[in-house]
Amino acid sequence: MEWLRENLLLLVVMVPFFGALALAAIPNERERWVHGVARLIATVGLVLSVLAFALYDRRQGGIQMERQFPWLPSLGATFHLGVDGIAVSLILLNGIVVFTGTLVSWNIRYRPKDFFVLFFLLGTGVYGVFSSLDLFFLFFFYELAVLPMFLLIGVWGSSTDFGTFVRTKEYGALKLTLYLVAGSVLVWVSLLALWVEAGRTSFDLLVLQEVSYSRTFQMVFFPLLMVGFGVLAGLWPFHTWSPDGHVAAPTAVSMLHAGVLMKLGAFGILQVGMRLLPEGAQAWAPLLIGLGTVNVLYGAASAMAQGDLKYVVGYSSVSHMGYVLMGLATLEPLGINGAVLQMFSHGIMTALFFALVGVIYDRAHIRDIGVLEGLAKRMGATAAFFTVAGLTSIGLPGLSGFVAELLVFLGAFRTYPALAVLGVLGAAVTAVYILRLLAKVFFGPLGERWQTLPDAAPMEVGATALLVAVLVIVGLAPFTLLHPIDVGVKEFLQHVFG
Amino acid sequence: MPGVDWSLLWPEGLVTALAFLVFLLDMVLPPHRKGVLPGLTALGLLGVLAFTLPFLWGKEASLFDGLYRVDTYALFFKVVFLATGVLFVPLSMEFVGRHLEHQGAYYAILLLGIVGMMAMASAGELLTAIIALELESFALYVLVAYARRDVRSNEAAVKFILLGAFSSALLLYGVSLVYGALGTTYFAAMAQGLAQGEMTPLLALGLGLILVGFAFKLAAVPFHMWAPDTYQGAPMPVTAFIAVASKTAVVALLLRLLAEGMGPSQGQWQWVLAVLSALTMTVGNVVAVVQRNLKRLIAYSSIGQVGYLLAGLTALSPMASAGVIYHLVGYGVTTLAAFVALVFFYNATRQDDIPALAGLAQREPLAAAGLAVALFSLAGLPFFVGFTSKFYLFTAAARGGWLWLAGLGIVNSLISLYYYLVIIRQMYIERPPEATRLPLSPLLKATLGLLIGGVVLLGVYPTPLVRAAEAATRTLLP
Repeated sequence: MEWLRENLLLLVVMVPFFGALALAAIPNERERWVHGVARLIATVGLVLSVLAFALYDRRQGGIQMERQFPWLPSLGATFHLGVDGIAVSLILLNGIVVFTGTLVSWNIRYRPKDFFVLFFLLGTGVYGVFSSLDLFFLFFFYELAVLPMFLLIGVWGSSTDFGTFVRTKEYGALKLTLYLVAGSVLVWVSLLALWVEAGRTSFDLLVLQEVSYSRTFQMVFFPLLMVGFGVLAGLWPFHTWSPDGHVAAPTAVSMLHAGVLMKLGAFGILQVGMRLLPEGAQAWAPLLIGLGTVNVLYGAASAMAQGDLKYVVGYSSVSHMGYVLMGLATLEPLGINGAVLQMFSHGIMTALFFALVGVIYDRAHIRDIGVLEGLAKRMGATAAFFTVAGLTSIGLPGLSGFVAELLVFLGAFRTYPALAVLGVLGAAVTAVYILRLLAKVFFGPLGERWQTLPDAAPMEVGATALLVAVLVIVGLAPFTLLHPIDVGVKEFLQHVFG
Repeated sequence: MPGVDWSLLWPEGLVTALAFLVFLLDMVLPPHRKGVLPGLTALGLLGVLAFTLPFLWGKEASLFDGLYRVDTYALFFKVVFLATGVLFVPLSMEFVGRHLEHQGAYYAILLLGIVGMMAMASAGELLTAIIALELESFALYVLVAYARRDVRSNEAAVKFILLGAFSSALLLYGVSLVYGALGTTYFAAMAQGLAQGEMTPLLALGLGLILVGFAFKLAAVPFHMWAPDTYQGAPMPVTAFIAVASKTAVVALLLRLLAEGMGPSQGQWQWVLAVLSALTMTVGNVVAVVQRNLKRLIAYSSIGQVGYLLAGLTALSPMASAGVIYHLVGYGVTTLAAFVALVFFYNATRQDDIPALAGLAQREPLAAAGLAVALFSLAGLPFFVGFTSKFYLFTAAARGGWLWLAGLGIVNSLISLYYYLVIIRQMYIERPPEATRLPLSPLLKATLGLLIGGVVLLGVYPTPLVRAAEAATRTLLP
């Protein structure tokens, strides 16, 4: 047990990576093996991330399961792993989404081996960012999470025909990749500056957080980190890659990207930006919460205007990430707790959304809200689960979104009441577009074309049911998650702002 | 000459002997037996490598009063050149066999080029440096023109020779001015002279001309015009040789000159290099975006890489020097991997335009994967050496106070990612024009596998290489 605790994070990061290598060694023709091994890797990953979450000692708090390996002394980079209550919750999120994403990819027939190799590399990147306490490796994994996206979208994605013009998958892939790498340009420059200014020859987060950077330095570099990481978090006005990219991506990749990767951005702002540059964070918080509010409203308004089911979900992600950014920018316990819980809750919810949109698209070959009608009569399970996701999105009590958004609003009311009101308004707009969509697509009269539409396959029902269960459990017993998160947030604030 | 340990020159002597042996066998062997020559070259180089490493390990000596240096720095690069030479044989074999005449001489000239490069790493005096440089350049002049029935090869050779001669003339003129001002051409004595004396206009002009000469050799902007035409026209393995080996040798020489000979006046030339670096990386990467020919694209992208290296040379701290060496080796391994894939593709299809790569992932998955890995590495994405070495190099530049230059380098990496993605898109997303498989020979497969392994290993576990680079640096910048 002690051995496991000590090496758990190493396993969490390495299992998907070596899994990807093992997959690469399977001959191309053996498609059944590929799917089997992929499910095995995803299952082991889920078990390990659940274990990490369970074994994290909430009473003790602090950074746990630490491991450190020397790497490049002259650069001051060590392979340093460790998690606090915040990171361990997000590792759990990634475990769940990678697992369900693998399950819903059961019907990938075109080069499945290459698909899963890239998919697990993506997963490795995400696990790595959440577990790294060394900025070099944090950035290493952060960039790794960008790399496979281009091919995943470009090869396995789908184009969207808007009638007058077509958004091709190549467009979505290139836009997403270049936007994200442009964001990481800012991050990279800031990391170099942080390293040089500290003068310690160390990229270790725990070493750097003891350095007090000058006020001018903080004022200059916090916004770079905020925007750099913010691009991945969907920060307005750098969010436009998100709907285009997520719509073009294949189902499992949309789930993982919108569900977890966008959280890497928010996590980066918290873990690097706010932890190392607290004064800068305080000074720029009004801008961040302002932009977060724009995210909420603009995303919701855009979602309302969409005619494509997947674009609605894409823009709703932009809107919901706004709550995360608002919560972080409050710089106060309730708000940050809400933000982190929202990361988790939105991750599960949006994965569920994308999985279900994928189920519908696979069968109907169309995602047009105007054409899809009354599907509940043919796709009972899909409709029921979509409703749960929709209600989470609106913030219905008893589901995870409610607790998260409530905490964000409470935090915001204490700090920026006017913006909090606007945020609540955003939730109301969400209710409009979600309920309208549910009524039209699922609960209206069944459209002529859809008389013979089959419901989700068992594998898909299982995967989405798991996601629904998580939403309900967190909604009914939020403390299971909030406890470790709260421990992490308290320590974070204690350490950073005294 | 008394007091000179001639035995320290064994490695250079052995490679020279090998070159003449290949020449000789090429003359006497009947045509159907000449197939042994590439194998002889590769095994011979491996043998010299196996001999050199233990033989020169830990030796520090200055031959002829510092004219010729045998130290860890030189050893590091000699090992790099010998190893690169070994890899060039499988890279060239199929191509040379199909497209070129006088195959034996090709390998012999290659070997002479390697001798020149080994001498460049050891040169401790300006004239020796220029002679070594010329030896290497003359080998390249011949090789570029080797496809003598190909008009473009001839055109490339003419441009390359004219500009090469021009840059050598600049170098020599610079050397003569420096000699006039300081009365010496030895690196160590130059440093003393620079430390004591003032920077007179004559001296500044001399040093400036030397830097410009090097800028020509490295194809740094605005002295890069010859590179794209030469890269495109030269036979493809020779392009690889210019892009990888020759570039490495010139940087090795320049790094020693800057560190040992021009260190005291760093304040004066730093800005020149910084401006060169900024121009080179930006122009190289921006112009690469519009290229359609793979060799031209590689030409511009390697100009961009020179820009990154110049950023490291600008800072010239021990860390920056180690960073330059690390990035140089990483760039070499990566570019070789890319060229193995490209040479294979050219052999199979006789095409070297980007659109022709369509669907390569289905026609030959390993070649496509190898090229994709190499391009991702050049763009600086992780798991691959390009990410780690750039990170190291830019960190060193930033520490030296050149954060803006490092930042510009990072922005340029983003630009480069765009045009690499265009290639990757062709290979993976576009459908192939015809479904035929393109068979990759076992020899190239093994070479490519080895190089990809190197690209990944040096990216995730660079510690031994960086330690070696630091050890090499310590002889220059204690």
